[in-house]
Amino acid sequence: MTGLAAQPAEIRPAAPARWQDYFQLLKPRVMSLVVFTGLTGLVCADRPIHPFLGAVAILCIAVGAGASAALNMWFDADIDGKMRRTRGRPVPSGKVQGADALALGITLSLFSVGLMGMAVNWLAAFLLAFTILFYAVVYTMWLKRSTPQNIVIGGLAGALPPAIGWAAAAGTAPLNAWLMVLIIFMWTPAHFWALSLYTSEDYGKAGVPMMPVVKGAKSTRQQILVYSLLFVPIAIAPAFTGLGGTAYLAIACGGGLVFLVLALRLLRSHAGEQLMDVRTDDGLYGVKADARDARNLFAFSIVYLFSLFAALLAEHALGLGAL
Amino acid sequence: MARQDLTPEEKARGGRNIALALGLIAFVLIVFVTTIVRLGANVFDRAPI
Repeated sequence: MTGLAAQPAEIRPAAPARWQDYFQLLKPRVMSLVVFTGLTGLVCADRPIHPFLGAVAILCIAVGAGASAALNMWFDADIDGKMRRTRGRPVPSGKVQGADALALGITLSLFSVGLMGMAVNWLAAFLLAFTILFYAVVYTMWLKRSTPQNIVIGGLAGALPPAIGWAAAAGTAPLNAWLMVLIIFMWTPAHFWALSLYTSEDYGKAGVPMMPVVKGAKSTRQQILVYSLLFVPIAIAPAFTGLGGTAYLAIACGGGLVFLVLALRLLRSHAGEQLMDVRTDDGLYGVKADARDARNLFAFSIVYLFSLFAALLAEHALGLGAL
Repeated sequence: MARQDLTPEEKARGGRNIALALGLIAFVLIVFVTTIVRLGANVFDRAPI
């Protein structure tokens, strides 16, 4: 556990903290995805909202996502320092003190939720506050270190921005808003487990119970296929609920078919099976050939989710009707 | 004191101060414009006397 008093003793400021180091605490790349899905929810609500207030709502979603990322980096500094992928982050590298990351996270959380409530509406503010708390407390402090289902349940935090955007525009969050949430929620396991099949040696070293570390690669590949089979019909569903139109249906069906083929190929591969060797010998990272199927699914999952939401965004922005 | 005479610590602090100042200015502007937008909508929604 990481606390203010539990920072690793070897962490010393390598150089004076620059504003860019604090910006990195906000995980700007993750923030951009959250902004995109939140904007899609806001546009799909099909309710007039003043452009400035719409921009404020998106800003609040972005800042809230950044705040939860800063809280995550404060709490996870100990395990981040043990993983190659994350050891360069501002807190484990000593560029920013843990207490400063905590203060930034709390300040931005209060700012984003307060501004959302006062400028837009309190339903959107409540959903934003729930998202931040769920990511920082339920996922980061509890699930991540205690169960291989961490990213399944914790994925809810990353899935909520469309509902926040919808609530910001409409003042309500109807079933179609939650269908968008469900799409991201069901997409998350296949996406992250595909990634973890070729990066889990890092998680193993840090003691994070990712699925391939705990249940093995074969079980993870099977679960990826199960979640893919559940996910693709849900991704197609908006075409029949008045949310998506013809273009959406074509993208959801075509992309869904590719998604399932890639998940099936991953099941038949040996992706992740050499990770046990890698974990016992730091010199062995030669899993590239076997990990290709995992990487293909991981990369396509990003393209597919982006395409689904881009189709919804375009159809509603252009006023194209649903089926 | 010229900027090139500053120590790395002073340069970093200066950058942080500027970023913080810009953030505060942006916050003030957001609150101001939000007030105008929301107030304006309510004024126009008001029933004629």
